[in-house]
Amino acid sequence: MASPLISVKNLKKVYQMGDTQVHALRDITLDINKGDYVAIMGASGSGKSTFMNIIGCLDKPTSGEYFLDSIDALKMNKNELAEFRNQKIGFIFQSFNILARTSAQENVELPLIYNNKVGAKERRERAFNALKSVGLAERANNMPNQLSGGQQQRVAIARALVNDPVVIMADEPTGNLDSRTSYEIMEIFRTLNEKGITIVMVTHEPDIAQFAADNIVFRDGSIISHEKVTNRKIPQEELKKLPAPETGDKK
Amino acid sequence: MKIINLIKIAYRSMSKNKLRSFLTMLGIIIGVASVIAMLAIGEGSKRNIQSSVASLGINTIMIMPGAITSGGVRLQAGTSNSLKIEDVDAIQTRCDLVQYVSPVVNKGVQVVAGNQNWSTAVYGVNLDYFDIRDMKVSVGEKFTEIDERTAAKVCVIGYTVDSNLFGGGVNPVGMTIRINSIPMRVIGMYDRKGQNAFGMDQDDGIIAPFSTVQKRMMSNNNLNSIYVSSKSDLVMNDAVDEISKLMRQRHKLAPSDDDDFTVRTQQDLANIFGAVSKIMTILLASIASISLIVGGIGIMNIMLVSVTERTREIGIRMAIGAKSRDVLIQFMIESIFISFIGGFIGILLGIGVSIIVSKFGGWPVTVTPTSIVIAFSFSAIIGIFFGWYPARKAANLNPIDALRYE
Ligand SMILES: Nc1ncnc2c1ncn2[C@@H]1O[C@H](COP(=O)(O)OP(=O)(O)OP(=O)(O)O)[C@@H](O)[C@H]1O
Ligand SMILES: [Mg+2]
Repeated sequence: MASPLISVKNLKKVYQMGDTQVHALRDITLDINKGDYVAIMGASGSGKSTFMNIIGCLDKPTSGEYFLDSIDALKMNKNELAEFRNQKIGFIFQSFNILARTSAQENVELPLIYNNKVGAKERRERAFNALKSVGLAERANNMPNQLSGGQQQRVAIARALVNDPVVIMADEPTGNLDSRTSYEIMEIFRTLNEKGITIVMVTHEPDIAQFAADNIVFRDGSIISHEKVTNRKIPQEELKKLPAPETGDKK
Repeated sequence: MKIINLIKIAYRSMSKNKLRSFLTMLGIIIGVASVIAMLAIGEGSKRNIQSSVASLGINTIMIMPGAITSGGVRLQAGTSNSLKIEDVDAIQTRCDLVQYVSPVVNKGVQVVAGNQNWSTAVYGVNLDYFDIRDMKVSVGEKFTEIDERTAAKVCVIGYTVDSNLFGGGVNPVGMTIRINSIPMRVIGMYDRKGQNAFGMDQDDGIIAPFSTVQKRMMSNNNLNSIYVSSKSDLVMNDAVDEISKLMRQRHKLAPSDDDDFTVRTQQDLANIFGAVSKIMTILLASIASISLIVGGIGIMNIMLVSVTERTREIGIRMAIGAKSRDVLIQFMIESIFISFIGGFIGILLGIGVSIIVSKFGGWPVTVTPTSIVIAFSFSAIIGIFFGWYPARKAANLNPIDALRYE
């Protein structure tokens, strides 16, 4: 069997807050294989974001091991990590985190700008294609303040996709969105996952977690359950169950 | 990340904050403009001195009573009574390298003609003086040797005196003027000479025979100075030595004594004045460059604000692959951009100010390429120097901290 895409062993994260220690992660051991679609659940403060930041190579654990795509992520320096993130990981955040006063197209181009192997022409094409794949082709030149929340999140997804990452990491991607828009985002995730892209997603909402293949539950910095979703939901069907939208400008 | 993209990013973030970028630039603009203008004024006055030295004739040597102290500053000028008419005679007969020599006695006087009056200076000299100073008399004529011997009450006036006493419209020759109540006949007017290196109007004066001024207006027989010209500018320094030796001998100075007179050439004076103007230029330019540094601090301040404001943007960029170096360069380019554009506008403004100063202030002003290069590289260095700290601060941010920043 091939080695797992994400492999963490005995991962610990302790925050020092003055005299007290906060054990955000206690001894996490977990493998995620290529093509998996994992939803991480858990109460607020249970360590989900801390975990995501570490496997997203944005933060370092206090102790433990972490291999991403068979590479030891904890041995890399800041610049190597930057390049690693650029090549391997697509991020999607709860608060979208796209650059203000920068067009959708340019936001999506951003990861490619930091990738020296991609020229200007290819960059523009790939960014446009990514936008097209999330249904925003005709919004390419809009500024973020001219886009709805759902559209902004789709720009963020396009940006996460554009550099062909091995894994997409989404921390509460639907946290700021209504149900309809959330399901639309889940539909995009489903198609991506079907193309073989690994997805790790944190969510608070149990119904959103039902779209994933696996559910992991955190409590107090530990994994308390890890199981397959038995009756997975399909976003398109859930969308049909919703009352018809009032306005037609959802594209 | 390619430089061209970084320049685009810098350009965009500046154009998002046009007013702020402009105000930041203003510090650099003012600094560069004032450095350019100050250097231009300094350079202009330097050239002015050089040209007026050439116009005075570089053969001219002046002997003044009193000694120089160290540092080249002549103290108590004119208070010493060491120069006498016999010195003039001795120089004339015994110095081989000297061509012309003239005693000079001068005095500030009140001149009256009809109901006009004017205060000016009268110079008692001999005929050689006209040759030494390269003065020509084309209206009327100079006085003669007979006038000198008889202490005749005649004089040659300058253009400024003429225009103040007679309005400049009539031929002054033949008129009588009263100099300190002594009636004197105007026999000529010397050609205009304009200002000298010190900004003094050389046409504001009256020239009369030495004996006339000495006997009728002075209370003692001391000379104010002796004007000499050497046979050529090549033997000038030798002539100076010759004169000094003779004077020491005549004044019976022991080898250990200091000179009780000062021998100066036009070149010496020009050099002193040039040195003074150089010091002034350096002083003014240093003051101007302080404003350049203040401008640089302005850049640093605004860049720090910008880094704080854009912490989240930095976090996003880092999360998706920006290296520290990319962030560093991005912010450096921004500050260099500001200082470069500011420097460029400053140069144009500086040249403009220089032209205005020379037009309206009557100052001679010359903008040299060197001063442009100096001002420009100064502003570039300031952009790099003051932009570096904020840029490094941005580059050293942790992606996770930057992303969490509210
Ligand atoms: N930078 C930090 N400094 C100190 N403590 C922190 C820091 N970040 C997180 N923590 C603590 O670590 C624990 C886990 O936080 P984390 O953000 O991972 O929770 P979470 O599961 O993502 O919660 P939520 O669902 O509310 O987003 C919490 O107790 C939190 O207070
Ligand atoms: Mg969280």
